[in-house]
Amino acid sequence: MNRQFRPSRRNVITGSGALFVSFSLVSPASEAAAPAAVGTKPLALTEVDSFLAIDAKGTCTIYSGKVDLGTGVATALRQIAADELDLPLGRVDLVQGDTLLTPDQGKTWGSITIQIGGMQIRQACAAAKHALFDEAARQLAINKEDLKAADGAISGGGKRLTYPELIGGKRFSIKLDPKEPVSTKDPKDFKVVGQSVPRLDIPAKVTGTFTYMQDFRVPGMLHGRVVRPPAVGATLQSVDEGSITNIRTAKVVRQNDFLAVVAENEWAAIKAARQLKATWSKWEGLPEQAKLYEYVRGTKIAKEEVTSTVGNTAEAMAKEGVNTLKATYEFAIHTHGSIGPSCAVAEFKDGKLTSWSASQATHDLRKQLAEMFSMLLADIRCIYLEGSGCYGRNGHEDAAGDAALLAKLTGKPVRVQWSRQDEHGWDPKGPPTLVDVRGALDDAGNVSAWQSEFFIPQATAGSWLIPLVGAKLAGLPQKPDLAPGNIFQNSAIPYKFPNIKTVCQRLETTPFRPSWIRTPGRMQNTYANECFVDELAAAAGADPIDFRLKYIDAADKRGIEVLDRLAKLCKWEKRPSPQRVLTGDVVRGRGASYVKYELYRTYVGAVAEVEVDRATGVISIPRFYVAHDCGQIINPDGLKNQIEGSVIQTISRTLIEELKFDRSAVTSLDWQSYPILTFPQVPEVVIDLIDRPTMPPWGAGEPAAAVVPSAIANAVFDATGVRLRSIPYTPEKVKAAIRAT
Amino acid sequence: MATRSLNVNGKRVSITIDDPEMPLLYALRDNLALRGPRFGCGLAQCGACTVHVDGKAVRSCALPLSSIETAQRVVTLEGLGTPQRLHPLQKAFIEEQAAQCGYCINGMIMESAAFLVANKRPTAAQVKQALANNLCRCGTHVRIVRAVLRAANT
Repeated sequence: MNRQFRPSRRNVITGSGALFVSFSLVSPASEAAAPAAVGTKPLALTEVDSFLAIDAKGTCTIYSGKVDLGTGVATALRQIAADELDLPLGRVDLVQGDTLLTPDQGKTWGSITIQIGGMQIRQACAAAKHALFDEAARQLAINKEDLKAADGAISGGGKRLTYPELIGGKRFSIKLDPKEPVSTKDPKDFKVVGQSVPRLDIPAKVTGTFTYMQDFRVPGMLHGRVVRPPAVGATLQSVDEGSITNIRTAKVVRQNDFLAVVAENEWAAIKAARQLKATWSKWEGLPEQAKLYEYVRGTKIAKEEVTSTVGNTAEAMAKEGVNTLKATYEFAIHTHGSIGPSCAVAEFKDGKLTSWSASQATHDLRKQLAEMFSMLLADIRCIYLEGSGCYGRNGHEDAAGDAALLAKLTGKPVRVQWSRQDEHGWDPKGPPTLVDVRGALDDAGNVSAWQSEFFIPQATAGSWLIPLVGAKLAGLPQKPDLAPGNIFQNSAIPYKFPNIKTVCQRLETTPFRPSWIRTPGRMQNTYANECFVDELAAAAGADPIDFRLKYIDAADKRGIEVLDRLAKLCKWEKRPSPQRVLTGDVVRGRGASYVKYELYRTYVGAVAEVEVDRATGVISIPRFYVAHDCGQIINPDGLKNQIEGSVIQTISRTLIEELKFDRSAVTSLDWQSYPILTFPQVPEVVIDLIDRPTMPPWGAGEPAAAVVPSAIANAVFDATGVRLRSIPYTPEKVKAAIRAT
Repeated sequence: MATRSLNVNGKRVSITIDDPEMPLLYALRDNLALRGPRFGCGLAQCGACTVHVDGKAVRSCALPLSSIETAQRVVTLEGLGTPQRLHPLQKAFIEEQAAQCGYCINGMIMESAAFLVANKRPTAAQVKQALANNLCRCGTHVRIVRAVLRAANT
């Protein structure tokens, strides 16, 4: 076995003449004992050594391709590893998202970091522990079954060997086969998993000692600011370089339509970007915002995808005596809205590129940078540093592209910090969603048919890469793909109706570069589905929760339990909607919603309590209830934090948010023109966690967001008797809907 | 280039600047390498850059250096408390686990610290009102309010 790692305060890795600096998560443990890799470390998903190494002092470093986007998984992943290896949490370190050191576990998206990434790490740790037991048994000449592991050591027969004594600093050289998983710890023996361990990053974050991407600096670097076109498709006609000569060290950098400034200090770069005079062509290729959904409906359909079909809906709808209902739902274009605009640093040295960014997929970013500069993957290293929370693919990757291009063009390391306007204007957007749903009730009030069509942009086959803005403007190689994420998910429904047909009409194009915003597709699709289920329940005169329970497969006990616990949690009063007390301006109601995420995992039930002021159209939400089953819970408090966050962010999306644009560009370029929820509007969030320690852990974070818009819509109907079908529910829309009834 | 003197976190510091109109935020982050105050919008809309000037919470991203007197006391998150000697608010934020990405938290703590000086025993509604102009995107609001109330009661 080769000696592979040595401890060092800061990872300084020298290879091929380039100095690479990497950081693991900032915490006292990692500051003291972050190991450094020398030479080539295995990265394959089939190698234990890709995921972990135990150094001579007994610290285990976990190498995770999935990264902590502010969700707390850096702590949760360590909990998983610590328990599986029987190590104290303080002796588990974490390196995340570094293409030189961490395996490519795929993008950090879809709430699968624990479910998939964490389980790969658990497998690697379990395999490592089996090997440690084998080695201990050999050295001590004792049967494996008579050995015990605790506190980073294996003991038996009165003797004890520490992990460093067994493996310290050497490779395991063990293969992992996902088809033949190794046995893992019995959940009843968990010590750290299932505990609300305080997050390891929070002390640094509340004292100004955490290193965010935005804090990262390299010696000799320039500060860059991009100057984006005033219209999405405008071309750069001329630049007046003389317009910034009064700003010391500021220089214009241009390649085709990519325009930027660099300077030795940040304020000079900001001033230069503001002051630079440039002439751009006119471009007005965006649809008229007031007719957005007509535009969506009129967009050429590239492909029809049937996502579920049961029986024959056309026949069932045509039957005599059935009560058919139909509704159309709209979900506006949204931005991610990260509080810290995207930022990246890049450096070219000896023909090699190092990129520091808050990318949620450094291995994918590396592919894009390689394509952009026609470089070999091996000559690029992408390193993740935590940025502002990103909730999907925001501008982080684009900023990385900008920084790399500026580093290439200036020959110096460059830090690019996007402005607020850059972020609101140029991060890729959650596309507009239009959904038509039809349903039929027989004369006994049973659903006999369900048919839905989702008008959503297509996804380029086999592509998961969103083109980088900087590469496109500069005319550098870049696939012109559409990659909105798996937005077809949850178009099919978790209910057993006798006739079902759900179809995604995949549109050839969409107005803005699309991406996955938190709960992509699942949020918009579940919104339409769960509103329409509620419409059917009301038409059938049924209690909305009972109505759902009636159609959930009786074998799907976890779904049923989530709704039962939800009803108890919020002291649900059984009755049909709407309620009938319509005195005074302010009326109150409650609405339910349910999702089985992607129809195979995390179950969430939600109830919103709302107050609707019929005079002002203002909806307020005093309380929001969630019952949540994501299987085995790694960190209950961390999970609650994520659920609360999903609820609050999605209330904001439901009530307030809508991208504004004219025919040329986004016009909602700050928090005044694109407001989000503020403290006085935030509800109490009441959560019931259903823990299932013996079941696999599933995703959390996204699933809770899926149920929020419909729970609110249904509560507004319960309160007022008025259906709202176009998000956001601004006071103007609420008043208009009330007036129209 | 000119030299400018400031009082930051109880120390007299001297920085070299090109432009007296440069906002305080860049002096703190770029000249003094402080990480507490954060760039969020540059428009005084989000609060991520909040610091104290003579005890008052201000938005450093929109405050030109020229408007600050040399004697005025600038305090950042680092000056409020350290990992070894936490301010009661920092302690309460840890105890309540009141952060997700944490990018806004500087502003939440700095705004609340100034608020609590004048409002020793606020209600939850008063805390929410005091933080009405501080934005959080992760949705950590309920924990932040709990943390501020916890700090007020210690």
